[in-house]
Amino acid sequence: MTTPASTTMLFGRPFGIVRLLDGRITQRLDLRALVVTLALVTIALAVSLFALASGEFAVPVGEVIGALFGQASPKVHMVVVEWRLPRAALALLLGAALGVSGAIFQSLTRNPLGSPDIIGFNAGSYTGALIVITLLNGSFYAVAGGALVGGLLTAIVVYGLSWRSGVQGFRLIVVGIGVSAMLTSLNTWLMLRADLKVAMMASIWGSGSLNGLGLDRLLQVSIVLALVMPFVLLLSRPMRQLELGDDAARAHGVSVERTRLGLMMVGVALTAIATGIAGPIAFVALAAPQIARRLAGSAGVALLPAAAMGALLLAASDVLAQRAFAPSQLPVGIVTVCLGGLYFAWLLMREARRQPR
Amino acid sequence: MNKIKPAPSRPSPARIEARAATIGYDRRLIAENLSVAIPDGSFTVIVGPNACGKSTLLRALSRLLRPASGEVLLDGRSIQSYPARDVARKLGLLPQTSLAPDGITVADLVARGRYPHQKFLQQWSKDDEAAVIGAMEATKVTDLSGRLVDELSGGQRQRVWVAMVLAQETPLLLLDEPTTFLDIAHQIELLELLRRLNRDEGKTIVAVLHDLNQACRYATHLIAMREGRVMAEGQPTGIVTAELVEAVFGLPCLVIEDPISHTPLVVPRGAGEVHAIAEKTS
Repeated sequence: MTTPASTTMLFGRPFGIVRLLDGRITQRLDLRALVVTLALVTIALAVSLFALASGEFAVPVGEVIGALFGQASPKVHMVVVEWRLPRAALALLLGAALGVSGAIFQSLTRNPLGSPDIIGFNAGSYTGALIVITLLNGSFYAVAGGALVGGLLTAIVVYGLSWRSGVQGFRLIVVGIGVSAMLTSLNTWLMLRADLKVAMMASIWGSGSLNGLGLDRLLQVSIVLALVMPFVLLLSRPMRQLELGDDAARAHGVSVERTRLGLMMVGVALTAIATGIAGPIAFVALAAPQIARRLAGSAGVALLPAAAMGALLLAASDVLAQRAFAPSQLPVGIVTVCLGGLYFAWLLMREARRQPR
Repeated sequence: MNKIKPAPSRPSPARIEARAATIGYDRRLIAENLSVAIPDGSFTVIVGPNACGKSTLLRALSRLLRPASGEVLLDGRSIQSYPARDVARKLGLLPQTSLAPDGITVADLVARGRYPHQKFLQQWSKDDEAAVIGAMEATKVTDLSGRLVDELSGGQRQRVWVAMVLAQETPLLLLDEPTTFLDIAHQIELLELLRRLNRDEGKTIVAVLHDLNQACRYATHLIAMREGRVMAEGQPTGIVTAELVEAVFGLPCLVIEDPISHTPLVVPRGAGEVHAIAEKTS
């Protein structure tokens, strides 16, 4: 009888090998990716704890933890659990969703610039929301619904236009950029013809914000994520094979078109939930998988580290958005765009330094 | 004019064959009513001019392309009737172009060849480990196992791809132009590796090659194609003549014996030298 779990150096990298139930369950875990993921999760939780404790009404960390376990004065409970917790938890969950979504699209397009944005999802959901806000003057749910319909329709159109006996990553990017550009001009036109007050509201929605989201939203997001995550897990294996090229994946027995369509749907669903709740939050999906990949030293994109990185990015961005210019609150999307700009500058500098070699 | 061949040189029955298969892409028909059998245990090489349909045939044989009519048989059954995974356990394919994900190590890439043997809950059995180690040893890439694939030379990288297909542990091995982009020494090294796998491990190998002389030297069974049709097939020594090369490639040439391997050696006649050679040989 061998030990059920062991760590071993396999081909120069430390791995954890798990063998359970007489070999009915066997898994190989890359220890570096695991450690990186755990570290990112720990930092993200620490940032969230700070978000729960700080603010206009500061609460000592000890009392925050007490409040989370239901042992605090009613006043502290209200501030920490009812006001701050939904927002902090949503930042973590939606950040993770965006990170995974970006990782999926980057794997699909085999391009580090791939993200839900590039298949026009963000521009499309903004169009949907704008139509509801400016033309129909709709409620929160109507706007969220409009954003979802707009984003999904755009994704379907881009997928359809890219189809020529199968969809290739590069064609998807090019068609996505084209459709996004057209939608962006439509969005501008919608804004220009709207009433000033309505236009301001629409533009706040358009930059993505976690302001004023409550426990009911947290519950909705948790349910959707619990439904989508099993599919992510199931598709993650064929997704890795797809990175070897379509022919190699087929030769390994992967049903390429079905896998790709499934991954698209899951990726779009994860972005859709974030956009529907908080508006289009830019750059998390783009940057999180790439940063995570470099930290974890993994091949291709890695889903788990990307999820952890996305959670950390959005949680940290939202703390900045809330506290940096307090009492005025920034939409978190503005912070993520700034961070994204820094990330791009860093990426370009890195590439430029590499060139001479 | 589709001649159905009795294939006289066939040493043993075929595990994989195309029967009256018509294959092509969306609008382009590549081969019509094509019948080809790969003898079991052979090192089969497919040659022919560009766009003669050799890669297309390989794609059809490996289930990547469904014939418009006719069929491809694997162990006597239509290959389309197998689940994709079962085919992947019998037949490995090295496509013309494969992509190495960014930052992947040699061992990790080779391990991805184990996919058809793994399940969601069983992703790293002892068999997987043994197959990966064995494949890396056979292709002599064990010392490179921790290196990044991006950093390897072309010859090393091609050996790693072959290792990935070997880790799949399939009795049939199909390779689409495996020697392209390799220098001459690495081409020979790779072909020697394939011959060893064929002879020592009993793998049936089908490779598309460009170099006729290499094909003659290493193939136990040669298939010469032109415009989607098989012009000749059999042991190279039996079928490769100046007339065949002229008919298949439109290349005037002289076929002599390779002094090393005693297989046919095709020496092209350039326009300028035709005279001199004709004088000497007559």
